[in-house]
Parts: sequence; structure tokens; C-alpha cells
Amino acid sequence: MGKHYSAWEVFKRGLTHQRGWGPAWRSPKPKARYDVVIVGGGGHGLATAYYLAKTYGIRNVAVLEKGWLGGGNTGRNTTVVRSNYYYKASADLYDHALKLYEGLSRDLNYNVMFSQRGMITVAHSRHDLEAAARWAGAMQLNGVDAEMLTREQVARLAPALDVSPRARYPVWGGLRQRRAGTARHDAVAWGFARAADRLGVDIIQNCEVEQFIRSADGRVIGVQTNRGRIEAGKTAMTVAGHSSVLAEKAGFRLPVTSYALQAFVSEPLKPVLDTVVLSLATGMYVSQSDKGGLVIGGGLDLYPSYAQRGNLPTVQNVIGALAEQYPSLGRVRLARQWAGIVDVTPDSSPLIGRTPVDGLYLNCGWGTGGFKAIPVGGTVLAHHLATDEPHPLARPFGLDRFQTGALIDEAAASGIAH
Amino acid sequence: MLLISCPWCGARAESEFRCGGQSHIARPGPPETVSDAEWSAYLFERLNPKGLHRERWVHAYGCGRWFNVARDTVTHQILETYLMTEAGQAQADQP
Repeated sequence: MGKHYSAWEVFKRGLTHQRGWGPAWRSPKPKARYDVVIVGGGGHGLATAYYLAKTYGIRNVAVLEKGWLGGGNTGRNTTVVRSNYYYKASADLYDHALKLYEGLSRDLNYNVMFSQRGMITVAHSRHDLEAAARWAGAMQLNGVDAEMLTREQVARLAPALDVSPRARYPVWGGLRQRRAGTARHDAVAWGFARAADRLGVDIIQNCEVEQFIRSADGRVIGVQTNRGRIEAGKTAMTVAGHSSVLAEKAGFRLPVTSYALQAFVSEPLKPVLDTVVLSLATGMYVSQSDKGGLVIGGGLDLYPSYAQRGNLPTVQNVIGALAEQYPSLGRVRLARQWAGIVDVTPDSSPLIGRTPVDGLYLNCGWGTGGFKAIPVGGTVLAHHLATDEPHPLARPFGLDRFQTGALIDEAAASGIAH
Repeated sequence: MLLISCPWCGARAESEFRCGGQSHIARPGPPETVSDAEWSAYLFERLNPKGLHRERWVHAYGCGRWFNVARDTVTHQILETYLMTEAGQAQADQP
């Protein structure tokens, strides 16, 4: 059991040169059997384990991660948290996540550095502005905060943005969600890992699932891994971009295509931007991290990929948009560039709940927006695993919607064309 | 940057093309015999393999024609391009 983190503890440890903190979580050997095995040690998997232990008292749980914790999309995203979705089902889901983020540092006893610096979606034409107004109206009806901004207000909030009449992307106004913001992505993974570990969850890294173990009637009763056979009462997969690969091993297909989504960080700068700004015209969005680097994202590399690296045309589009819209940043150098493999569904909404195989449960399909949903993804999957009933928030997001036709088409709400 | 060989125009830069997703998907029929599950699988379910993928591309900023590409989704290496009516030669490496 780790120490409770507090200012007092930091002071006390200071007297002995901050030595002896010990690891934040154990690295146990896998046991032969668990009540629940969660495949995938990213944010969603770790959050699922945490809420299983905390809310439902199910502590005989293992999280299996083939690499290292948060080494996939949890450590590769652009850290934005928001709930500006169009449909009620999505708004309820993502706003629940946002509310959990608001109390997450205290809940986990781990500073996830959640900063509600707000997010502005910039409209560049009359049509953009009308779409933004419709969007803001829908958000307000869904009980999510939203306000329209004039061009002057946008200029005041993002002084570096080119709002001049001669701009290639003229600014007509915008849409603001004040409660949106950023969180430190690694801290979210580590915080959930530490909190789950303290409740007795086994986190097992470098453990890759090779096969599912099936009973005579076809039910999944465990997994065969490179560290041996592990039996499970229930098995959950939270592997984002690799969901189709695991589903194939279990013998079914998913309405998912995996794409590379790139992100960029610039060299550290003095404070220039204290909010998140997304452009409806280019899909490029940017914020500034606490270290001073600009964190930049944009559209997908639009062909299926598992490569975890993007290609140059998308780099050109995204960085070109930044240089065009923020002329003063045009000569800033990039420090890093990378890609994560995101699992995009036909309606850009997640898949949560049962799979066609008994004993195997699923949380995937968050596409380009999984990070912001980590606390709610964990909450609803834990509920389904514990009670065998879908959580009310997750009920609309089952796999069955592709047969019933009740799609939740949020393609526009992500603000990125895909 | 991918270099893609359009069967009509030859090797051109990736930015001239658009990917149209998985190829060789057969439409089930006749319609009155197709179940909801089959129809859903036809419309939405995809192979999404890690490795060899057969997909359709269109030379959007060129001749405007569609063709097939066999491409590895991990290395992005293009193994062959071939006409819409053909089946293709490339085989996945057996693990």
C-alpha cells in the first residue's frame, strides 16, 4: 500500500531529501484466476479497474498491458477535455466525464493537473457561425455550458489569432465552452493505476494476450498470455486502436477502422495562449502546456494504419493551418511529432458493453476523443461488468445500434472532418 | 509521403489520392432474404487488419478513377495496385 500524497508528506520527506517514496504501484506476478481481467492498460482499462474496486467492491481484478501503462493513446493525445457534443446521449456521457474530471485529483489523491481554461471553436464564415449557433443551442438544451462569441470577443481571448479582414481564414465569431480544458495525460493513467493498485487491483505490464480461452459452449473464460494462462470470470477489452485485432482472435468483427492521428509539440514559449482554440475551417486546434510548448492537433491520416506514425501531407495541413492562422507562431520550431492509432466507428461514437461472445465485454470506438472520456468509460464498463446490465449512460452506445439503426452520428461534433 | 501507382497515370504522390476503405465487399442479396445482421455487417463491419489490407483508392486530383491497392497497414508498404475488376496477387505473410 502506497503513502497518501499530501503537502505534509512532501514536507516530511523533504527532511530526508525526498527519499523513500517507493513505487506508486506494485508489479505483481499474475495469479491463476481473477474475477475480472481487463485487457489494455490505458486510461479506460485502468479507470474500469478502479471503479470496479471502488464502486462495486470487486477487487480481484487484473489489468494486462502488453507494453507500459499509458503508452498507447493515453500518452499520445493532446490532453483536451470537453463535452461540446450535439446529441443528448453524447452530451450526457461526455459531460459526466467532465464532471468526474473536475473532482478527479481529489478522488484519486493524484494531481492530474486538470485546468478548465475553456475552449473556443472559431467560425470562419456565415455558415460556420450558423452551425456554431445551432451547436451552442443543442449544448444548452442538453444542460452543457455554451456561449456564442463575437469576433471581438474571440480576438480578446486569443490575441495571437489573426482576426484581420485580410486573413485567409477570416474570423466571424465563435463558440465557447468555459468548463472545457486540459489535463496531464500521463498523470491520468498513473493516478488511476495508483488508486486501483491501492484497492488491490493487479496491474501487470509487459503481458500480451495471445489467445482467448473458451469453454465448451464458447464462452470466454480467460486469456492465454506471454506470461501464462490467466482465468477470468469476465474479460473486458479496452485496447482502442487494436480492438479489431483482439476481436478477430475472439471470432467476431467490429464496425471499426483504425487510423493514425498525429499530434505535435513545439519548443517551449512564454505564455501566448491560455485557452484551447479549434478552427472549424481547418480542423487544427492548439493549446499551450504548462511547460510552454504549443500542443497541436488536427485531422486524421485518412487511410487505415497501425503504424503509430503519420505521414507528411497531414503534417503540412496541420502546421500550415497553424502558421496561417497564428502568423506570430509561423517560425516556432516543433520539438516532437507522433501518432496514435485511433479506433473510428461509422458514427464517431463509442462502443460499450457486451460483445457477440459470452463473457467478453468491450469499450472502444472513441476514435479521436477517448482521453476526455476516460473516467466515464471506466464508470460505465465497470457497471456493466459488475451488474451485467448496461449503465444508463452507456445504453445507447451498444454494438446493437448498427442493426437497429439508432446511430449517434457525432462526426460534426468532434470538429474534425473524418 | 506514399508513392502510389495509379494503373492509368503511373506513380504519383499520396496527396493526389483519397482512400475509400476496404475493397472487395460483396453486397448481399436478394434484399428480401438478407437479415438485419447480414445487412449491418455489409454496411458497417470491416476487416481492419494489422497487416495486408486490400482497399479502394481514387485518383481524385488526377484521372478521377478508382482502383485497388494492396497495402500493409503497419509498414504502409504498397504491394500492388490493380484494376477494380481484378482480384489481386499479393498474399499476406503467414505468421
